[in-house]
Amino acid sequence: MITVTNLNKSYFTRSGTVPALTDINLHIEKGEIFGIIGFSGAGKSTLIRCLNRLEEPDSGSIVIGETVITELRERELRLARRKIGMIFQQFNLFDSKTVFENVAFPLKVAGYTKPEVKRRVGEILDLVKLDNKAGSYPSQLSGGQKQRVGIARALAGEPDVLLSDEATSALDPQTTYSILELLGDINRNLGLTIVLITHEMDVLRHICSGAAVIEAGRIVESAPVRQLFHDPQSDTAKRFAGIFDFYKSGQHGNIPERAEKEVVLR
Amino acid sequence: MRDDLAGLLWEGLRETLYMVAWSSVFALFLGTLLGITLVVTEKGGILAAPGVNRIIGTAINGVRSIPFIILIVLLLPLSRLIVGTTLGPTAAIVSLSIGAAPFLGRIIENALREVEDGKIEAAKSVGAGPFTIIFQVVIPEALPALIRGMTIAVISITEFTAVAGAIGAGGLGSLAIRFGYQRFRTDILLGTVLLIILIVQLLQWSGDYIARSIDRRRCKNG
Repeated sequence: MITVTNLNKSYFTRSGTVPALTDINLHIEKGEIFGIIGFSGAGKSTLIRCLNRLEEPDSGSIVIGETVITELRERELRLARRKIGMIFQQFNLFDSKTVFENVAFPLKVAGYTKPEVKRRVGEILDLVKLDNKAGSYPSQLSGGQKQRVGIARALAGEPDVLLSDEATSALDPQTTYSILELLGDINRNLGLTIVLITHEMDVLRHICSGAAVIEAGRIVESAPVRQLFHDPQSDTAKRFAGIFDFYKSGQHGNIPERAEKEVVLR
Repeated sequence: MRDDLAGLLWEGLRETLYMVAWSSVFALFLGTLLGITLVVTEKGGILAAPGVNRIIGTAINGVRSIPFIILIVLLLPLSRLIVGTTLGPTAAIVSLSIGAAPFLGRIIENALREVEDGKIEAAKSVGAGPFTIIFQVVIPEALPALIRGMTIAVISITEFTAVAGAIGAGGLGSLAIRFGYQRFRTDILLGTVLLIILIVQLLQWSGDYIARSIDRRRCKNG
């Protein structure tokens, strides 16, 4: 579904060239929830933003579905982006628009007719359980509700891929789980491929099947999540797994996984 | 011309309002064009063109650094070309519009720049083009700030009309100089000052009211 080959990206600053991504190679299967994990500044945000070219890579290729993203011209890129949804840490909702108008925005861009927009927005607000908030403005919503609007806006145009740029990092743990549950449901019910970046091992554990570990702009390890936990190879992965063990041996003690989930869902 | 206090003030007020209204319309139009162009052409902007940005920026600074009273004199030939005369309120509208446009351009630029990059990226990420982003995202998001900035600008234009009055534009400024200063009519001087204060207060009050009601609609209903 998504293939990244030999991707490179540098930033040019006054003090010289700073490599942000070096020789990135990735393959993500259709319908997978794939995580990219790393510490701050490791380049994970740059990587995910290259996938829809909010950042321009310097070299290498990105293929999503049948489309070679890195070869598209501006106008073609805009068409391709309609099929690649994105959600953000800071939600990035339009404060001047109601929930309905926020979700309708991509549909208007894509040229849907008014009745189509109305039907589709209703459908998608139902899916994210915000059908009673259509007339509200973003400033009237809680963080979790805002991210649900973000998800609804990203999914409105029926994309094949959803990019999640630290989408739960600004939320409290409980809200994080409910958003992750929602992403999991969407993945199962719509067959959507999800790429998410995070610095929280817990997020990986909850919803990802596979993940890549990024360190100083390089992918140092790419494996099924289970393996990352039990047999981490890279320093970053070891530290993440270590943090998680420490966390688990603390308050979360011996609560079995299912019980924990139920507590959270309530 | 009528010579009684009320008559003079009424005529001056009418001329001033006429100049303020039309100059504001033209200056807003030109300033909006300049402001939008500055924001979209800057480095990293949605239609980045640093060369264009630098030329417009320099031109704006140039016009803004000329004292307004001198700018009016410099623009007299243009007034003659456009409206056929260099005297009276209509002639002043030409200089006022051109004099205020760069100021408005900067104010609008600042208001538009306040819109977070993240919102623009969100619009890009669903495939929106530059014009959709400007007119359906950036301008609506910046609206309260735009209206507050425009209020400041229209008040400045009101002050400018009083200055323009000193060199033949008519209006309350001219009245204050010709009668209040040159003929020692203190009553007329005070009357004009009071009227100008009143106009400025009304403008500020309406601007605040509109901006606040937009803010309130976005925050508290629902």
